[in-house]
Amino acid sequence: MSIIERPADIARHGALGTSPPRPDGIEKVQGTFEFSSDISADGCLWGATLRSPHPHARIVAIDPAGAWQIDGVHAVITADDVPGQMNYGLISQDQPVFASDVVRYVGEPVAAVAADHPETCRRALAALAVEYEVLDPLLDAEAAIAGDHPPIHPDGNVIRHQRIIHGDPDVTGAVVVEGTYEIGMQDQAFLGLEAALAIPDPGAKGVELHIATQWLHEDRTQIAACLGLPEDAVRLVLGGVGGAFGAREDISLQVHTCLLALRLGRPVRMAYNRAESFIGHVHRHPATIWMRHHATSDGEIVKIESKTVLDGGAYASTSSAVLVNAITLAQGPYRCPNAVVDGWAVRTNHLPCGAMRGFGAVQACFAYESQMDKLAAACGIDPVDIRVLNAMRTGDTLITGQPVLNVAPVEECIRETAALPLPDEPVGGAPMPDGSADVMKLPGGAGRTADAGDIVRGIGWGVSIKNLMYSEAFDDYSTARCRFTDGVVTLKFATAEVGQGFVTLAPQIARTVLGVDDVRLDRIDTQIGSSGSTSASRQTWMSGGAVNAACLAVRSKIFDHVAEENGFDPAALTIDGTDIVDSVSGWRGDVAEACAGATFDETAEYHHAPTTELDENGQGSPHTAFAFVAHRAVVDVDPELGLVKVVQIATAQDVGRALNPLSVIGQIEGGIAQGLGLAVMEEIIQIDGVIRNGNFTDYLLPTFLDMPPVVATLIEQPDPYAPLGAKGVGEPPCISSTPAVVAAIRDALQQAGIDRPLDRVPVRPGDICL
Amino acid sequence: MLAEHGEATLLAGGTDAMVEINDGHRRPAGPVLAVNRIPDLRSWRHDPASGTVTIGACVTYTELMDPSVAALIPALAEASRTVGSPQIRNAGTLGGNLGTCSPAGDGLPVLAALDATVTLASVRGTRSLPVLDFMVGVKRTAIEPGELITEVTLPVVDGWQGYAKVGVRNAMVIAIASACVVLDRAARTVRVALGSVGPTILRCPEAEADLSERIDWASMAVAAPDLARFATLVSAASRPITDHRSSAEYRRHAVGVLARRLAQRALTVDPAGATR
Amino acid sequence: MSEMEIFSLHVNGERRDVTDSWLGESLLDVLRDRLGLVGAKGACEQGECGSCSVVVDGDLVCSCLVMAASAVGQQIVTVEGIAPPDAPSDVQQAFVDAGAVQCGFCTPGLIMAVHDLLDRTPVPSDTEIREELAGNVCRCTGYGRIIDAVQRVAVARVELSS
Repeated sequence: MSIIERPADIARHGALGTSPPRPDGIEKVQGTFEFSSDISADGCLWGATLRSPHPHARIVAIDPAGAWQIDGVHAVITADDVPGQMNYGLISQDQPVFASDVVRYVGEPVAAVAADHPETCRRALAALAVEYEVLDPLLDAEAAIAGDHPPIHPDGNVIRHQRIIHGDPDVTGAVVVEGTYEIGMQDQAFLGLEAALAIPDPGAKGVELHIATQWLHEDRTQIAACLGLPEDAVRLVLGGVGGAFGAREDISLQVHTCLLALRLGRPVRMAYNRAESFIGHVHRHPATIWMRHHATSDGEIVKIESKTVLDGGAYASTSSAVLVNAITLAQGPYRCPNAVVDGWAVRTNHLPCGAMRGFGAVQACFAYESQMDKLAAACGIDPVDIRVLNAMRTGDTLITGQPVLNVAPVEECIRETAALPLPDEPVGGAPMPDGSADVMKLPGGAGRTADAGDIVRGIGWGVSIKNLMYSEAFDDYSTARCRFTDGVVTLKFATAEVGQGFVTLAPQIARTVLGVDDVRLDRIDTQIGSSGSTSASRQTWMSGGAVNAACLAVRSKIFDHVAEENGFDPAALTIDGTDIVDSVSGWRGDVAEACAGATFDETAEYHHAPTTELDENGQGSPHTAFAFVAHRAVVDVDPELGLVKVVQIATAQDVGRALNPLSVIGQIEGGIAQGLGLAVMEEIIQIDGVIRNGNFTDYLLPTFLDMPPVVATLIEQPDPYAPLGAKGVGEPPCISSTPAVVAAIRDALQQAGIDRPLDRVPVRPGDICL
Repeated sequence: MLAEHGEATLLAGGTDAMVEINDGHRRPAGPVLAVNRIPDLRSWRHDPASGTVTIGACVTYTELMDPSVAALIPALAEASRTVGSPQIRNAGTLGGNLGTCSPAGDGLPVLAALDATVTLASVRGTRSLPVLDFMVGVKRTAIEPGELITEVTLPVVDGWQGYAKVGVRNAMVIAIASACVVLDRAARTVRVALGSVGPTILRCPEAEADLSERIDWASMAVAAPDLARFATLVSAASRPITDHRSSAEYRRHAVGVLARRLAQRALTVDPAGATR
Repeated sequence: MSEMEIFSLHVNGERRDVTDSWLGESLLDVLRDRLGLVGAKGACEQGECGSCSVVVDGDLVCSCLVMAASAVGQQIVTVEGIAPPDAPSDVQQAFVDAGAVQCGFCTPGLIMAVHDLLDRTPVPSDTEIREELAGNVCRCTGYGRIIDAVQRVAVARVELSS
């Protein structure tokens, strides 16, 4: 793939539009970058969590005596030791710090210990005796809706029910297609496991927590409430974050680590292993979506009907917001004048679900894009043509009645994707230098399951819409501080850097706005206002907007200063490269030199335009902005064994403006890999409420041999609503790549004369061949 | 030393044992013997006179992928390439594969199809037994306390042999079905061994006998319907279970397809040919 | 605690005494928790992700699957021993330049694996790169920029030697 790079004469290196190296890059390649799991402190103890083995049970008694008998054990804590609020949660506070009466999923925290070594912790946990009375678990989402099971939580078994009625609910189309689609539970599977270090203040009056998280301030709010401390007594510092993808938006070990440290007056580390991580954070909601499309015989969508059921697991987390995405985006990136949509997010005794990259849009997209292919077939129209025919444009409305005001280059995304070259290698690839077949190019790889003659190639499409930022009347904002002194700019923000590259982008903004090359970053912590969460594709827009605003405020001060010193009109000053230029006199001077000895320090908050809640008919303007993308997948399929090798993904993505093209490509390729994973391999399997594959031997992630080359085009139409013209780019790549891969498998099978619905992801080998 | 410490843990490449230790499922109760550092166990030899290859228990998969091994026992080299990653193949050993005795062990169908002999040593002396007797059940072997796997002896067979393995990913995957097919031109027999479709590696006597009868050994040809029946018989010989990795139904199907495709690579298939 | 063990390891050319390890502790844990070498990362403890890759006596291995005490007398190289802090290796620099680093958690393991690959196969094909690095999982990048980094180094080394 070629990386789009601005010509040097347009943007100086390191400014917006170029791709400077990550400031943390060298540390990361040398292994010296400090991830949260690498942080220690003198006199530090280790903490560990005892978890429920039952999906639903009453706690009869907890006997810690056995644990206390082990040398090296310093603390054993349970719900009785929570001094503040007993529950936490992002939207509703329904999740206990420790289960006190009832456990609601396998893996729910019941107690925690602190000891001198992880091995001592392990033995202490084994020695903690908990007596349970096993209760009947609720494991069927439909039963939760039907009210067939007693409430498993005081808040009831339905987390949210929302319908959308739009236009004429009774209209019908000449062509009707329907299907029921299932999406399995996906894990974010970041590589850097949950880890934290809590350092108590003297007298246990406060605590400093070093934590890998997506949102420092929201963590602080929830932690402080549970600790019974004022928020300013809880200071959070971002520990190096080894990926996030939504799994670090909720509390996991934060409160437990702080409780142990405060109890003992000593620093405490906690770190999950992979098995604990799988049950210790929220996952992508498994979903069942029934959908019916009505269209004219020409393929124009007339109405959609759907029912979406999300299994939220034991606690609410962000389920209600995930549901809103899943139902308000059910039309996809297509015009749809009429809709009858019903959505449920329910509570079960499964693992809790919440945020994962794509956040509800992923589940909806698999359903509506599968439907678009059915509609194309029913109308006898090419899959590309039917998508172009219905493509949303700026000014079209969602089924909530909200107008899409952002640039909406859906048709361009589709056409530009279609224009990208198909793979030039035939099935099986080019032969090896010795003339033998390159087995790694065939489905099955080194397993040598197939020969080229066994394989059929298919092509499939996926196009999607994603809302950017938070929805439903949430007053979302980000804060940034810009300090200019002696020609050096220092930026301060609480924006969680989770790998996405905001630490690269923020200095680019400052360099561009202020004409200074030397930009430094202050520590990322809670010693400044909130930046909001690194999620919802929002940081480039929100924190980029805040950094931009802070830098503009400083620039204004610089202009005033230079104007006063030189007798210029500040309004006539501009930045050109690293110079200040007076457009009246033609005077030009280096920014740093012109401001020698001066210091300017400005803090800014960026808020996006307000949104509204949905009314009882699902009408309103709940979303802030939208981004679009198209994916075309080429997949080689072994129809007889059901094995798949994705050969190529082509994509054109609506990015607004590529502020750092290399970072954008990184988000596109990485997101596609996660979409591919959901399409063909990634699923948490729970049987009777117990996770069966909570490890990397059995929860399969795409490897180098599973991820194909990506060919990408960036659709750059700067968005007038975005502070820098740039849309968030993180989520769209993983949304429609999934249905594109599945559609390509269906296409290949059809060429082999096989008709399979493949209405469930991930597609398993048996779904293809049995 | 092993005799003195009945509770000793034997560690070859560590790729299985350390997973259990890291998990907390297993803690070494006594000494750990890192047998992969014993030079005698780390070499292999070809004995042309007896027509055998003898492989030390601690020869790694990376070493087994070497062209010198592949020239003699190609199926073993193929199977070794499917094991994990380079990191795992650099550490994991054939002896460890036998010691763990997982039905998904990638080396094991090859050893079973070739009727390999496993040699065990203890202070009481050494003994050898057929690999099919060595593998008793799921992760159960005929190793007695104080015994150590020292080497494996396999025949060099005149004829095509190959290994194939199904996993849900294109690399780094545990077999959900695997098969090794060996054609012995001298004995005019076909041998098939299956992995991940039973409590341990399975041979398929009925399928072997049937296909051996139906191959035209002079021309190395077979009729398509005979191959199809071979697949059916192989599937019938499997005894798979349903678990989180796959369903019994898929495994039974896949193993038949694998065996048929392997045989197809060895033989000229006459699509219209009458069965013999 | 289980019984303690005392032994020495040769890490990055230095003899390092390990005085408080429990029997059976992995090389990864000893490197990180006993010797303070946190460059190798733990992410699966099953040899499935490659984040903990180190070289032991010339072989790339997962340090989580090496019992530390079994590596006595062997030469261990970790990411900290690849190049001096002020002079990153060509592979390390290429990862930064090519955009092969996002969260960076898989990166040290990949640096080890790519050095090992290019030592054995100076100009690897696309397939060789993918097969040889298949044991190193990256959740952020989708691998494209990592492959680019490997190819950049291969090309640069050829140019340098000609």
